[in-house]
Amino acid sequence: MSSITLDHHADRSAMKVSDQVAIDIRGMNKWYGAFHVLRDIDLTVYEGERIVIAGPSGSGKSTLIRCINRLEEHQEGQIIVDGTELTSDLKNVDKVRSEVGMVFQHFNLFPHLTILENCTLAPIWVRKTPRKEAEEVAMHFLEKVKIPEQAHKYPGMLSGGQQQRVAIARSLCMMPRIMLFDEPTSALDPEMIKEVLETMVSLAEEGMTMLCVTHEMGFAKEVANRVIFMDQGQIVEQNEPEEFFNNPQSERTKLFLSQIL
Amino acid sequence: MSDMSYVRSDMLPERTPPASSVGFVGWARANLFNGVVNSILTIVSLVLIFFVLAALLPWLFSPTWNSGSLNECREILNGHEGACWGVIHERWQQLLYGFYPNGSEAGTVDQRWRPNLAFLLLFVAVIPVLFNMISRRMNWVLLLVALSYGAYAVGGTLGMITVVVLLAAAVIVGYKAFSTDKAARAAEIEAGAKRLPNPLIFSAIFPFVVPFLLWGGSIWVFVGAALGFVLAGLAYRYLSAAVGSLAGMIISVLVAIVWWLFLIGPFASAMDAILPIALEQIESRKFGGFMLSITIGVVAIGISLPIGIVLALGRQSDLLIVKALSVGFIEFIRGVPLITLLFVASTLLNIFLPPGTNFDIILRVLIMVTLFASAYMAEVVRGGLAALPKGQYEAADALGLDYWKAQRLIIMPQALKISIPGIVSTFIGVFKDTVLVSIIGLLDPLGLSNAIRADQAWNGVVWELYGFIAFMFFVFCFSMSRYSMYLERRLRTGHK
Ligand SMILES: Nc1ncnc2c1ncn2[C@@H]1O[C@H](COP(=O)(O)OP(=O)(O)OP(=O)(O)O)[C@@H](O)[C@H]1O
Ligand SMILES: [Mg+2]
Repeated sequence: MSSITLDHHADRSAMKVSDQVAIDIRGMNKWYGAFHVLRDIDLTVYEGERIVIAGPSGSGKSTLIRCINRLEEHQEGQIIVDGTELTSDLKNVDKVRSEVGMVFQHFNLFPHLTILENCTLAPIWVRKTPRKEAEEVAMHFLEKVKIPEQAHKYPGMLSGGQQQRVAIARSLCMMPRIMLFDEPTSALDPEMIKEVLETMVSLAEEGMTMLCVTHEMGFAKEVANRVIFMDQGQIVEQNEPEEFFNNPQSERTKLFLSQIL
Repeated sequence: MSDMSYVRSDMLPERTPPASSVGFVGWARANLFNGVVNSILTIVSLVLIFFVLAALLPWLFSPTWNSGSLNECREILNGHEGACWGVIHERWQQLLYGFYPNGSEAGTVDQRWRPNLAFLLLFVAVIPVLFNMISRRMNWVLLLVALSYGAYAVGGTLGMITVVVLLAAAVIVGYKAFSTDKAARAAEIEAGAKRLPNPLIFSAIFPFVVPFLLWGGSIWVFVGAALGFVLAGLAYRYLSAAVGSLAGMIISVLVAIVWWLFLIGPFASAMDAILPIALEQIESRKFGGFMLSITIGVVAIGISLPIGIVLALGRQSDLLIVKALSVGFIEFIRGVPLITLLFVASTLLNIFLPPGTNFDIILRVLIMVTLFASAYMAEVVRGGLAALPKGQYEAADALGLDYWKAQRLIIMPQALKISIPGIVSTFIGVFKDTVLVSIIGLLDPLGLSNAIRADQAWNGVVWELYGFIAFMFFVFCFSMSRYSMYLERRLRTGHK
């Protein structure tokens, strides 16, 4: 499955995990109607952690990370993001959402706005940043994802890989403390996967807290400090990448790894 | 094996395409004469068009412009086929203005400059909303020129002085943009965009200027009506921070309603005592012709879009009551013919209202037509909303935009863009439906045409009258349709 090899090795020295808790999930359960999609999830994420979530299709990976910025509501248990508990209180939800960036499988750029406008919209309207300053910040991040020259084009004119890098830049413009990625490369061709993964590696090198649903096991080995394996709505196994890939404990994990590697 | 290998040694230069594929010949060959069937169809069509024009043109160009009755026309035509244009010549003012005072009756003054000015101002107000090809500076110039027409029509020494002042102001604002140097002009337009106030300010007060122009009366009533919105806005701005946005909204609406119901009267009479500015009052039954159609059409079109958007959002809402009300309203209005609503407006409302209340008939019709259009608009907008991928909502949510900001910045711009063809179709439909008011006795162009044909002199004139009315409607509707295509082209942003 994972045929992409990254050109340069990630510099792990800068990726430090602090003992500050970024996300705390306790006894969380979620149902879609009668279908119990997430079961007793307990997960503590520390600041600076890079977590890769893996698992078979339908195991609830997307649902889990979508609960963290409340694109999905959980019914039982607690989710505390950066000290704010997610409840039906919209103020808290908006606060958490402006601290947590999310990158989607299908980019979800706003097609009626230029790349630059895509990146400045939320800072201007949510953070109340003056337009000029927001544009400077946006250009900074567009340079970082290596597409400043596309700033005045529309998303429809960009390639998939470029669009996904814009989507990452758009999230970064909000200066989030945590980034969520839901299969950011699975809609892309191999050449584009590489450019997106490299962007994500450099983000990790800067110490961003990242939760990443992906099938790119090369990325997991290179960047992650923890791999979580999910099946049937439960966390079945979690470990350091080295251990996880070389010495999986549960039968399900072994089966899964034998299928994808 | 080696003779299969091939390396190009010289690159081919670009060549112009062969003559037979470009220009008129190329076009005709590709579109009119490619293949036997196509060629035959083309020739048959050309023959048909020739016969139609051969019959129509002599009829159209008949020398009857000055005739005073159908009989006179017949004398002039002397047995030949031909249109009797005298009826248009004699009645065109009525077809445009209805019975709006034109100074022909003793003791009245020609007031038709008022609808004329309103029509001009309509364009000034609408241009910054609809087009982005005209500069701010140009828009203010247009406004000043339109206003100077109004001052000219008012006349008198003061009026003439105002005309001179307004035109001078127009020249001062505009002259820099009329440079032959393209770069200088662009720079000036850029600078003007920064220095001059936004012309949308005028677009916002336009809805209060026009009723004052058309119906007349004291200006303070209309200023008061506008003030109601300002008060509501202020109340919302200062209260929403203190009591929350929903409570703030409710209170500000209440403030506006109290103001409109109870305080406008005293306000207007107080201001009248200080500074009486008024236009002669014109009764609604004097309204007629295309002026009436355009008034009803523009109001219904202008108001139905925002109401339709709100209804479409209401229909999608999670709040049960809001949703039920929206669905109920839309389904009820769509389930009833417009004619029925108009009859309700013209007769039934009078029964229900307390005796003695004078609820203007045109106002009643306006409300009904607007509600009718809103229900259709809501469904058109809902179609646009449904076409948006769920990812757009999620991306907006994930960035921390609240519901209203997400709607305004992300969802609506895209949903409305998708629905442009449907929205404009609804607009065109509403505008044409305004002829139905003739059934409840209002004198729109069709109502007037019946009155004209009842006249002894023009008894028997059909084609000229209806042709003229149809032509006028076609001009308006076709313009709207072209505009929608222009807008779709303008808003296109890359593939997909
Ligand atoms: N809106 C929904 N309503 C009902 N069931 C849903 C909904 N969304 C997801 N599900 C179900 O919940 C389960 C978990 O879905 P989820 O999208 O989290 O899986 P996933 O692990 O991300 O899978 P994949 O790798 O295919 O993306 C699946 O069985 C799916 O069918
Ligand atoms: Mg998924």
